[in-house]
Amino acid sequence: MAHVALVNYGSGNYSSVAIALTRLGIPFGEARTPGDLEAATHIILPGVGAFGAAMRRLDEQGLSNAIREHARDKSKPFLGICVGMQVLADVGREHGEHPGLGLIPGSVEKIDTSASDLPLPHIGWNELEGPCDDPLLAGLGTPPTFYFVHSFAFRAADPAHVAAHCDYGTPVTAVVRSGAIWGVQFHPEKSQQDGLGLLANFMRQGDGNA
Amino acid sequence: MLKNRLIPVVLLKNGVVVQSKMFRRYQSLGNPVTIVERIGDWGSDELIYIDISRGEGYDLNRSDLNFDNHGTVLDILADVARHCIVPLTFGGGIRTVEDVRLRLAGGADKVTLNRQALDTPDIITDCAREFGAQAIVVSIDAKATEDGGWEVCTDGNRIATGRTPADWAREAQERGAGEILINSIDRDGAGRGYDLDLIAHVADAVSVPVIALGGAREWEHFGAGLDAGADAVAAANIFSHMENSVYKAKQYLYVNDYNVRTPSFIPQAGE
Repeated sequence: MAHVALVNYGSGNYSSVAIALTRLGIPFGEARTPGDLEAATHIILPGVGAFGAAMRRLDEQGLSNAIREHARDKSKPFLGICVGMQVLADVGREHGEHPGLGLIPGSVEKIDTSASDLPLPHIGWNELEGPCDDPLLAGLGTPPTFYFVHSFAFRAADPAHVAAHCDYGTPVTAVVRSGAIWGVQFHPEKSQQDGLGLLANFMRQGDGNA
Repeated sequence: MLKNRLIPVVLLKNGVVVQSKMFRRYQSLGNPVTIVERIGDWGSDELIYIDISRGEGYDLNRSDLNFDNHGTVLDILADVARHCIVPLTFGGGIRTVEDVRLRLAGGADKVTLNRQALDTPDIITDCAREFGAQAIVVSIDAKATEDGGWEVCTDGNRIATGRTPADWAREAQERGAGEILINSIDRDGAGRGYDLDLIAHVADAVSVPVIALGGAREWEHFGAGLDAGADAVAAANIFSHMENSVYKAKQYLYVNDYNVRTPSFIPQAGE
């Protein structure tokens, strides 16, 4: 029976994701310690705020290595949201340099608006570009449209790890994926039908879980 | 490409939804939670709730109101957040970093700071550092001055500050605000459209997104607001009355080639 470990590490949007999972009827439990990840079939790491602060809290709660173990080694489907996606990188460069979980090679850098002169943060609804053929995006709008709110973005070392991007004067990574590890820059829990659809699609990943 | 946003605003006074005119006359519109269901799922891009109570308390103790007697504004937030599937901004009466924490933990995605940011601007920086700039909206109320400019006012149009909106917006951005909400006191509830020059005055001064509020009544007003430089257009009174008004407003903007999400009439999840 599918069961999500929804990580609570003091990130602001834990309750929003919890509300979305409840709406979808997806069973989940609050995960605060490494032990809380054991029984789950899926892991969701939400997150808002700064990269460095998020990694510090994950380290303090002993979750950094536990997440690495479960996501990479045990191949439980893992979904990182916003900062929860950014910490998948090797390093984040918001307010200094901070090491990440290192699960998807790359770095997190400020969105480059030098040419476009667009406002930062990137706030609002934006459309995904590209083939959008990742299973997480199945059956969503044409194109899938989600709510973004961030100033920093994931720069993947290997373009094969970028499943989708959006345009904000420059390509901005929207979805990263490596094996059963996914990361989304936008907020599916706040993106109405496409967001709920993505979460439902995520639950379909893994060993035949529905 | 990033879309412009259409944002309904819900004003709360002592636990009920109200509409306002020049920040003075307040008429009750009812339940702060069911209004989400009327507005929220019909293609709104975000929702903004602003608590304009002045400390008279929330214990309404009236059985005729037919909804939960919310003890505090945080109870209302919890209820609203449960029903809200779009980004939610919750503001009004925020005085401390802890107030912000409680709202963000309680279901809000962003908060607005208004009076307190003017009184102690360090709170902007403290909150941005703690929660991220993207969660902090500085809300500015402006009144036209005789020389053709504007002045920032506070405490519900009771206190003038002597500052221009552009000047204060610039400082707010430097201190860490992620967005500016610019509200015209004169246009509030007047139905004559936004103060377009005010919008341009602020949009030209900052490089964070700008949300316009105050005066929209016709769909054309939203288009004009976007043309004037707003990244998002908001309205309090207009959406609370009319059925399907968010959808209709979006439809107008969409067919007139404004950069908005394709309007869709979305039934609430679970229906």
